[in-house]
Amino acid sequence: MHELAIGRALLDQVVVVAAQRRARAVTGITLQIGPLSGIEPALLRAAYEQLRIDTVAEHARLVITSMPVRIRCDACGTESNAAANRLVCARCGSAHTILLGGDEMLIESVDLIFG
Amino acid sequence: MAVPVKVMHGLLAENDRIARHNREHFDRHGVVAINLMSSPGAGKTALLEASIEALRGELDVAVIVGDLETDNDARRIRARGVPALQITTGAACHLDAAMIHDALHHTPLEGLDILFIENVGNLVCPASFDLGQHRNAVLLSVTEGDDKPAKYPVMFRAADAMLVTKTDLLPCMEDFSEQRASAALRQLGNAAPVLPLSARRGGGMDAWLDWLRAAKRERRA
Repeated sequence: MHELAIGRALLDQVVVVAAQRRARAVTGITLQIGPLSGIEPALLRAAYEQLRIDTVAEHARLVITSMPVRIRCDACGTESNAAANRLVCARCGSAHTILLGGDEMLIESVDLIFG
Repeated sequence: MAVPVKVMHGLLAENDRIARHNREHFDRHGVVAINLMSSPGAGKTALLEASIEALRGELDVAVIVGDLETDNDARRIRARGVPALQITTGAACHLDAAMIHDALHHTPLEGLDILFIENVGNLVCPASFDLGQHRNAVLLSVTEGDDKPAKYPVMFRAADAMLVTKTDLLPCMEDFSEQRASAALRQLGNAAPVLPLSARRGGGMDAWLDWLRAAKRERRA
């Protein structure tokens, strides 16, 4: 359950962003999470519910945007969507592919209240 | 009225910062850091014991061991005359860069060639945390099933080498196929070498030791 550690890292960063901007509260946090990040969104959400208590983000809604796994084939240049455990080219079957997306674990944005 | 503010920071930005710092520290000392990951009981400690014996007099190694409880593994390593530092993680399922950073205060790198980091036995959590290592070696023992790369794609995608361990048990493991295990790794778009070996019986160790020597050479270059 490494989502607890990741949730803590998330809130640490959100608290810093809020302090830097002199915000009074955080009302929303939007994340980008890809299946190849190793983060299970439901577990991260459960950890977040516990961790946000008594922070500036106590009432912030957590929005998790699931990102698709995208690959580009080195052999034929085709770009395609893929399953997390099948990263071969959808067109020619080559295993020489580059991951374009799907391993994201990003804080995209926060909604801040000032004054 | 809430004001949306774009952030676009990695969730593990702080971990990654410390990991970069660790890597710089290794680089300054010419040490190659190898992160060993696997499920519990895949044979990480036995592999280390055999590697230490095989490299004795050739390369100087030290080990950082992560476990939830006990320092059994670190004691096994120390019995081979090699420095081993135990990190007892308690309930934590993985090592992170800060734990390695703290351990480095107690692990002199002078004169060292290879630092092995024996990660917590777990095919899920350790894959998400950069420790500052140069290479990931992921072990898959033949008793675990050849479909593990398909079941744990995040871990096996990160492998710079996949070690198929306990091959001496293959005669008893009719349903394990090394070809299927390799194919499952290739399905992840991972071209890393597959190194079958038996740390107990010795077969296949040379390819693994050569892989370590090459990793060490590349760091020095």
